Amino acid sequence: MRVGAVVIRIIRQLLRDKRSIALLIFAPLLVITLVWLVLDGDPYEPKIAAENIPAPLEQVLQNELEKDVVQMSESEAKEAFQKEDLDAFITIKNHVPYVLLEGSDPTANSAVMKVIQTAFSSLSDQKNIQPDVEYYYGSDKINLFDQTGSVLIGFFVFFFVFVLGGISFLRERTQGTLEKLLSTPIKRWEIVTGYLLGFGLFTIIQSFVIVTYCVYVLDIWMAGDFWQLLVVTFLLAITALALATLLSAFANNELQIMQFIPIVIIPQAFFSGIFNLETLAEWLQVLSKFMPLTYGADAIQEIMIKGKDLVDLWQDLLILFGFVLLFYVLNIFALKKHRRL
Amino acid sequence: MASMIIVRKAAISFGKEKVLKNIDLDVNEGEIFGLLGPSGSGKTTLVKMITGILEGDQGEIFIKDQKVPSLELMKSIGYMAQSDALYQELTAKENLEFIAAIYGLKRQERKKAIQEVLEIVDLTDHMDKVVKDFSGGMKRRLSLAASLMHKPDLLILDEPTVGIDPVLRQSIWSELRKLKNNGMTILVTTHVMDEAEKCDRLAMLRNGYIIACDTPEKLKENQKVDSLEEAFLAYGRNEK
Repeated sequence: MRVGAVVIRIIRQLLRDKRSIALLIFAPLLVITLVWLVLDGDPYEPKIAAENIPAPLEQVLQNELEKDVVQMSESEAKEAFQKEDLDAFITIKNHVPYVLLEGSDPTANSAVMKVIQTAFSSLSDQKNIQPDVEYYYGSDKINLFDQTGSVLIGFFVFFFVFVLGGISFLRERTQGTLEKLLSTPIKRWEIVTGYLLGFGLFTIIQSFVIVTYCVYVLDIWMAGDFWQLLVVTFLLAITALALATLLSAFANNELQIMQFIPIVIIPQAFFSGIFNLETLAEWLQVLSKFMPLTYGADAIQEIMIKGKDLVDLWQDLLILFGFVLLFYVLNIFALKKHRRL
Repeated sequence: MASMIIVRKAAISFGKEKVLKNIDLDVNEGEIFGLLGPSGSGKTTLVKMITGILEGDQGEIFIKDQKVPSLELMKSIGYMAQSDALYQELTAKENLEFIAAIYGLKRQERKKAIQEVLEIVDLTDHMDKVVKDFSGGMKRRLSLAASLMHKPDLLILDEPTVGIDPVLRQSIWSELRKLKNNGMTILVTTHVMDEAEKCDRLAMLRNGYIIACDTPEKLKENQKVDSLEEAFLAYGRNEK
């Protein structure tokens, strides 16, 4: 089996290249740790809904928010949480103010709490009353790193697999081995498949190490299932690998692979949920729909923070799989440049 | 004598540059055929077209009466490119194992074939060494070994002895002659005149045309000169 031969060769090559393995696995750990150390918050305008609250409370809340408090029932609010349209819901339960936080975004959590606390302290007769606070997703222990960290796992897996995969496939061309391969009866799809499978094995290890480190060492918020998270991370890595091998066909040397980073990788980071997109122009938001990382990062976040299952995320997974398939087929065609057969 | 390679009216251009113009060529079975020409004359392009990696804009190429390109044909062609197409991180043996597997050799066959080709190029003692640590000459020999793995009927060598010392060059040529005696057809490109002298027949390539094709002796005789170099220059003048 020729695919098998390519797979075995790639594994042997990589095992000899300890530095590349280190880049693939430990560089993401290092960078994620750094982000974990330095992460800081941004100002955020929360969206708050209320039901049956006293007029004076509503008034001060509105003053704090500088906009109207939306009226909705608790079940409507929960629906809005699922659609990510709302940050908090306030009502009075048993004569005590009750606050339900959406909870998955710590920036929003603290913004909501700040507004509510200021509101209560400005009501002179309510000074000693503390509201009951509950979380729809997550808990008060969730911090900013828990939220962005989950996206960062996706980003760094994508980034490092892209760089290493792209350069390896490119080297096949620059060192003349691709030409040698193409003088043999190997078929183009066998080369591409061999590459994806061979490198794929290493990305499984990479995904495993990174996810384990983030969940058990950095103790990032993890509501979902470890193995399901691993599946998503791995799928994202394979997407990056397929894209990298495809794009390496359009690079003539290692430096040109690096040139793809600001064009292909960095925009994905900006548009895939590390930063809040809601304030962005609509046409820019549409761009993010064409980026694999958007779906990968979303799925990772849903599993880690909201504890969702793969079944709930079938759309994300299907789209990622579609990207892999698309890049794979395009790659087989791109190799036609080197041999038509 | 039966023809191994037939090239008819082959032409190819890269962009606006016409690299090969109307090439006709016949290589017989069991001969060492040389393609002689200065660098840039299109030697590499021509041999890549014969292996089937490149396809011309015009003309046809046949190997053993089958039309090129064909994956089936590639099974019986051994190609050694100008650059050493080796995986630097792998050992000599691992490189050969990979190529053997690509050609579909069975496990037992593989072991035997690797032993055989390593003996031919005299690298048996170095088979577990990583290629990165090989000298230029050793890499060249390993490349040759890699193109012999599947016992091809047709061996195509693109400048096989570039950067190789005279002693090693001698031994490679004596190996090529042995392979020829076992029935292999060998097509070799070179720009070195004394190497061209060792071929059974020779085609002189210049500016995308074949300006002459015959045995080295006949080529010299026809132009009434003593060396191939003079013959090449004389043919070149006639062309103008």
